[in-house]
Parts: sequence; structure tokens; C-alpha cells
Amino acid sequence: MSSMATALRPRRWRRPWPESWVAAAFIAPATVVVLLVVLVPLVRAAWMSLFDISLVRPGDEPFVGLGNYLDQLTSPDFWAATGRAFFFTIVSTALELALGLGLALLMDQPLRLRWLLRSLIILPWALPTVVNALMWRWIDNAEYGALNALLTQLGLIHQYQVWLSNTDLAMWMVILADVWKMTPLVAILLLAALQSVDRELIEAAQVDGASSLQAFARILLPLITPVILVVLVLRTMEAFKVFDIIWIMTGGGPANSTQTIAIYAYQTAYQGFDFGRGAALGYLIALIIMALAAVYLRLLGRTGR
Amino acid sequence: MASVVSPGATAEGPRLGVRRTRASVRARRLLRAAFLYAAMVVALVVVLAPFAWLLISSVAAPVDLLERPLRWIPAHVGFDRFSALTVGASPDDTSLGFRAALVNSSLVATTVTVVSMIVGTLAAYAFARLRFPGRGWLILAFMATYMLPPIALVVPLYQIMSTLGLRDTPLALMIIYSSFVTPFVIWIMRGYIDSISPELDDAARVDGCSRLGALWRVIVPVAAPGLLSTALLAFLLAWDEFLYALIMTQTNASKTLPIAITDFIGRHGVDFGLLATGGVIAAIPPVLIAFVFQRYIVAGLTAGSVKG
Repeated sequence: MSSMATALRPRRWRRPWPESWVAAAFIAPATVVVLLVVLVPLVRAAWMSLFDISLVRPGDEPFVGLGNYLDQLTSPDFWAATGRAFFFTIVSTALELALGLGLALLMDQPLRLRWLLRSLIILPWALPTVVNALMWRWIDNAEYGALNALLTQLGLIHQYQVWLSNTDLAMWMVILADVWKMTPLVAILLLAALQSVDRELIEAAQVDGASSLQAFARILLPLITPVILVVLVLRTMEAFKVFDIIWIMTGGGPANSTQTIAIYAYQTAYQGFDFGRGAALGYLIALIIMALAAVYLRLLGRTGR
Repeated sequence: MASVVSPGATAEGPRLGVRRTRASVRARRLLRAAFLYAAMVVALVVVLAPFAWLLISSVAAPVDLLERPLRWIPAHVGFDRFSALTVGASPDDTSLGFRAALVNSSLVATTVTVVSMIVGTLAAYAFARLRFPGRGWLILAFMATYMLPPIALVVPLYQIMSTLGLRDTPLALMIIYSSFVTPFVIWIMRGYIDSISPELDDAARVDGCSRLGALWRVIVPVAAPGLLSTALLAFLLAWDEFLYALIMTQTNASKTLPIAITDFIGRHGVDFGLLATGGVIAAIPPVLIAFVFQRYIVAGLTAGSVKG
């Protein structure tokens, strides 16, 4: 009773802020930290992309309208680099999903040493990207690399290969390094999804005579499909932006065979000193990624999430 | 009645029809176990072998690394490169650069984690609990910035930072990294806060807490594991960054570890032993974090991917 009386007493009682004011106050710091740092450069990049800005000719920056964009869209180099980015994205994501699913299923089995694999699997993912790239560059080294030594000693190859200086192999070596690092992430996420599946469903199916394969295809797979889709989206977006692992392992070479779109943009802006074109390229990459995102959002929406 | 009986009958059918002998069942089971264990050994070897080679390379004498055929177990092992890069007396330019980078990376990653966690958790709370006009659009805007490729922003950012006199300072990296770590924090923390019953903070507010008080006294303690997961992942994101650092940093004043290590290439040809040593040192904090706090890291990653 007494507490009610104090609550009813009209002293020092302040009207609470309306909810949208509170929200504004809570979101303002993040808006400053994120949107300012992103929006200002974004607007500036849009402006820059309309001019022919080359550091080679200071002071002479003619307006070219959409010229930079048209240049790129009609340039075979642009399309080749876009194609390589898609190749890298599709192959590495597909491999990571397939191997990751296999690993997740393996770690889900009641095996004696699975705790060992479960606790060590996270390590490749934790290795910094730059260290991973340098490590694989060292392993793939043509003269002293461990890969050549291993494959020769196992009798799988008869002479040392120049893995990273071979236009047919370089992209595959980069993909190998990426798959080694990122497959564990996919495996961890899919394992978590598998563990959330009700075991009784599987047991019931097996009592009814379903084989393990049938139980997997009919029950497990549909149940974890939403997670698979999300992982697919996240990995695709990341992979399409790929820069560091390629830059360190091959620098985009040999003969541009690993020059993905981000590498191409970097080289245009910072090695060609062509800032206008670089900015236009940045926008084109962002557009492709947003288009991918839109397609995926549709896809996710359709599965009822 | 018939419809109830028939499923049981069809399920019995094939089992009776095949009728495997006990020996064949045991053989199949054995084969299956053998296959699974073989797969596990292969997986373990594939995961560990590159690490092992990196560690061996980091302690092997340069002569051993350049031998053909390759010696898997080096003849001379020493930790002199480790001490030269970190605590050894009279460091050369390379070591000085590496030590500066160690300090820069720690400073930048820690600051970014603290700033993003505070700013991001506040925003995440608003998105999870408050209803206000433009909420959907704002969420979308934050997520869109996270998807933007850094390469699209780096050219103008470079110019802006130059104009502000911030090029080649750790501060520039802190500002830029916070801008992509914060949306990540918002994304994951919003999921965690969503999973906490709103009745908890309603109760706190009835007791006279402000919104901020409810966040601090109720949400933060309850979501502590989630906060830890998110903070660790934020730290790893900042520790790992390469492209912005590549463009924004020029000297030891601001170079971070990823840049300092890649500098080992090409200064005097490639010294792979030194690269391996530097790589191992740079990998120690994230690998330790991932190993020790594995449960939290996995929980954070899962929360991030389930949130969609």
C-alpha cells in the first residue's frame, strides 16, 4: 500500500521521453560512427567517378559524365576480371559448402575422437587471412615449397611444378588456400544446425526402415536448408569481394590470371593512378554485390524465412 | 482402420524381405566405422599439416628451409628470429617495424572493439526493443554498409583522410574499422537482445529504470555471453583487416601487423623463415582467442548466421 502511495504522489515525476526520441538517442552514436564514415566517401566517390582524375596529370580533371562507367562496361579487361571473380566465388563457395557439409556430418557422428576434430577445426578459420595467404605462398613455392616436396615424395608428380606462376594453376591454388581457411567456418555453422535437429525424427525414420542416406536426404537436409542458404549468401558476398588472399599470393598474376574485380579496381586506382575510373569501378562492384544480395533475399524469402 | 494399419505393414515388409545375416550386418558396421575414422584422420591431417609446416618453418634455420630434397624435420632449430622480432636487444629496421606494428594492431583492434561494442549495442537495443518511424530503413542501411566492398570506399576515404591530416595515423584506421565492425555488432547483438524476454526490461522499467538503466542493469548481465562472443569476433575482424591498412598506412607510425608482415616480402628478397616467424606471432592472439573461447566464438558465429 505504501509503495502505491509514493507512486501516486505527484512530486519530481518526469514524463518519460517518447519512444522515438529514445531510439534516436540510442542510434545516433552508431549513425555517426557508421553512416558518416560510409556516406561521405560514397557521395564523394559518386562525384569523382564523373571526372577523369589522373594523378599523372595534376590539375587537369575534365568532366566526363558517365564516361568512366561506359569505358569499363565496354572494356574486355573489366569483364574478364568480373568473370574471374565469379569463377573464384562459385568454385570456392561450392567446395566450401560441399566439404563443410561433409565435415559437419562427420563431426555429428558418435565417433571416439570427434572432440579432437571439433576443437581443432576452428584453427584454420582463426588464422589471419594475411598469414594464411603467406603460408600457402610458402607451401606452393616452386623450389622449396612443401607441396612439391610432398607430392614428389609420394610419387604423385615427377617434377616440381610452378604452382603460382602457372596461368592454369594459380587461381586453383588461391582457391585451395581459401577453401582450407573457410571450410571450417561452414562446417561449424552446419554442425550447429545439425545439432538443433530433433534426434527422434531421425530415429523414427530409421525404425520405419529408412536407410541413413534416406534419413539424411528426406529429413536432415530439408531441416538445415535454411542455414545452408544463409551460409551460401554470406560466403558468396565475401568471396566476390576477395582481395587480400589473392593480392598476397599472386598479386593478380601471372598474366592477370588471378586478377579478380577487386584486384583490377585496386590496380586501376593505385597503380594506374586513375582515381576517377577507380571510383567508377568501386560503384560497379557495389552494384553487382547489391544485385546478388537482392537475388538472395528473394531466394531466402521464398523458403519462408 | 485400414489406413492406420498399412504404414506399419509396409515398414515391416522390406525388413523381413531382406533379412540380413548377423555377420553381414557386423561387416557393414565395421566398414562404416572404418570409413568414418579414415575420414576423420584425413580431416585432422589436412587441418593440422599446414599449421605444422608454418611452425616448423618459423623455428628452422634458413639453411634447412632451402634444402633440396626438403627436410621435414630441420637439423637446426632456434628461436632467435622470435626474439629478434619481439624482445631482442639492438633490433634492426625490420624488427623495429614489426614491434611498432604489434603495438599498432593491438591499439587499433582494442579501441575498435570497445567503440563498436558500446555504439553497436546501444543501436541494437533500439532496433530490438523500440518502435519508431524509419526503423526498417535504418536497419537496412546499416546492413547495406556492411556489404559494401571496401574497394568502393577506399579511394575517397584516402583523400578525405589526407585532407584531415589523418593519413598514416592509427586514428584513421580506428575510425574506418569502427565503421564496418559496428554494423556487425548491431547485427549479432540485435539477435541476442531479441532472444531475451521483453518482460525482463519491462519489469525493470516499472521499478523506475530508464531505458538506458534497463539496458545496463538487465540486458547487459543477461546477454553477457553474447557480448563476449560479439566482442571477440569484433576484435578478430579488426585484427585481420588488410586493404584499408594497405592504402592508409605508410610508416611505422601506423602500419599494422598484416602490412608489416607483407613488408618482409621484397625488402631483401623473400625470407620465408622470417615470414613464418612473423606470421606465427601475428596468429597467436586470434588463434588463442578462438581456441580458448571456442564456445563463445561458435555461439556468436551461429547467432550471426541464424539471424539471416
